Amino acid sequence: MIGESVVNISAAVISASTPLLFAATGELVVERSGVLNLGVEGMMLMGAVTGFAATISTGSATLGILAAALAGAALALVFAVLTLTLMANQVATGLALTIFGIGLSALLGAGFVGQPVPALPKLAIPGLSSLPVVGPVLLGQDGLVYLSVALTAATAWFLKKTRTGMMLRAIGESAESAHSLGLPVLRVRYLATLFGGAAAGLGGAFLSLSYTPMWMEGMTSGRGWIALALVVFGSWRPWRVLAGAYLFGGVTILQLHAQGIIDLPAQVFSMLPYLATIAVLTVISSGHWRGRLTAPADLGKPFRPSV
Amino acid sequence: MPFKVEPRAETSRAVVYATPVLAVLLTVISGYFLFLLLGLSPAKTLYHFLVSPTLSFYGWSELCVKAGPLVLIATGLAIGFRANVWNIGAEGQLTLGAIAAGGVALAFWNDSGLWILPLMCLAGILGGMIYAAIPAFLKTRFDVSEILTSLMLTYVATLGLGILVYGPWRDPQGYNFPQTRMFSDSALLPLILDGTRMHVGILVTLFVAVAAWILMTRAVIGFQVKVVGQAPLAARFGGFSGKRTVWLSFLLSGGASGLAGTFEAAGPVGQLVPHLTPGYGFTAIIVAFLGRLHPLGIIAAGFLMAISYNGGEIAQVEDRLPQAATGVFQGMLLFYLLACDFLSRYRLRRAARREVTPS
Repeated sequence: MIGESVVNISAAVISASTPLLFAATGELVVERSGVLNLGVEGMMLMGAVTGFAATISTGSATLGILAAALAGAALALVFAVLTLTLMANQVATGLALTIFGIGLSALLGAGFVGQPVPALPKLAIPGLSSLPVVGPVLLGQDGLVYLSVALTAATAWFLKKTRTGMMLRAIGESAESAHSLGLPVLRVRYLATLFGGAAAGLGGAFLSLSYTPMWMEGMTSGRGWIALALVVFGSWRPWRVLAGAYLFGGVTILQLHAQGIIDLPAQVFSMLPYLATIAVLTVISSGHWRGRLTAPADLGKPFRPSV
Repeated sequence: MPFKVEPRAETSRAVVYATPVLAVLLTVISGYFLFLLLGLSPAKTLYHFLVSPTLSFYGWSELCVKAGPLVLIATGLAIGFRANVWNIGAEGQLTLGAIAAGGVALAFWNDSGLWILPLMCLAGILGGMIYAAIPAFLKTRFDVSEILTSLMLTYVATLGLGILVYGPWRDPQGYNFPQTRMFSDSALLPLILDGTRMHVGILVTLFVAVAAWILMTRAVIGFQVKVVGQAPLAARFGGFSGKRTVWLSFLLSGGASGLAGTFEAAGPVGQLVPHLTPGYGFTAIIVAFLGRLHPLGIIAAGFLMAISYNGGEIAQVEDRLPQAATGVFQGMLLFYLLACDFLSRYRLRRAARREVTPS
């Protein structure tokens, strides 16, 4: 009995963490290239609505997921043109992206509210999925969950081991020096921003196709902003971001279960993820953690090639 | 390339003031195509959206009711934005202001007197300020991003208001609706004109906007905020403290947002409900930018946003335009504005033909 509920809760934690993991991993790559895109919430919502609508209209979840990634990337492209080519303020443009994404997703999704969609099929791995505990928790999830972990691993490998990854990090530390070495600053930043948008779109699609298989206006309820905080929490490193995402997924599920046990208004528990975000950001920005914070040096600074 | 982009030696003032007009034009053109895509008759819908709200005296009075809180919040936010201090949690500070003012109204529900409204305003301002002090403290003491903390606190504030109106503050005679009692007459803002919803708060807002204009253009504090934002290093040499600027920005914008929340609760709404505003705290960010962070520009921008709210409602009834279209318009407007800003900092020049020197 207890074993079974542990299995259920752990599976739920992984499920709650996955949208955060997608969005935060994408934003990590963006920020490592020196760009701060605060529009994660808007891109996630666009991914959620597009994934949902495309799945319903085509009947294929794969096409839906693909469409979600494209929608996220399309919105990120708007951000890239404004901030990279036209050198607009990144903070203001990111806010605009969120406001626009909230509005456009609600407009596109108006006809889809209340419609059902079959939840993504769980991908069973023959033999392994029938193992006790480990089977259902780790290996009985749907494809997007595996993809999110694979994305983290790929990002870690890409940033550390590949030439392009090192180029991206160099550009994030000092665009000016990178440019004088002949590195294509703008092209790399464009691609990183598009990747971040696609990943946020996938996170949104996971919400509307798997976590709560339906579309609702503003259904991300601040997850995009929590993802931004997770990048800081993970000090811009992929595996730490993964740990942070699972920690926050844990807080989300824990407060849901605590609601049934402790007699307090439900809103008190719903506050927990947001308060936890503030607390964690404070702890990590102060005291002996401080020195280990490794924000890319050129984060958020506009760059214009001097030639 | 026949043209090349080059930075202007000085930001062009003329272009700075022309860009909002250009951005509005581009938004209207995009709106035309958006309505076309939605299968609506674009000209008719645009007419309902942009012109109908301004056709009657009552229409204008309703625009004042909507523009009031937007202008009040944006005036406060603009001070911080000038200094690169990003308070994006105005919606939360507004909510806290409304809770504090509503608490006063409910506590003195059986009393009457001229002192109740000023006390509510004071409570509302303090509520907003105290709530804004949290991100300011975390920013100045621990260097935590004020963007993330002020936004997170907005979700917390909305949930907190929910606890009160679903719980202890719920109207006992309210058929279980999540709302407080209607405020007593002494706790409601007097109307300026009979037959409209225009209340005294709008006059206060106008006064605050003018005061902010004087403060920002004539007082040292306005200069300090500008220098800290545009040249942090020079500001440090000049003895202007960055931390003090963060505190100043947050307290002023928090207080303004709290007062706006008070006016909403004691004005058009008349009680506390779970969602007091259609997101004025966020729309005010657009108003601040569209108004070029200038108090007078902000008043014009506030009216434009009010048109998008009221016009959206008219088009919703007349053309079945989804309500979300208002948000799309507002986001689009900010995009175009940010894009057009490029023109004030750079200009297109016909590239000089390269001289061919015979060797």
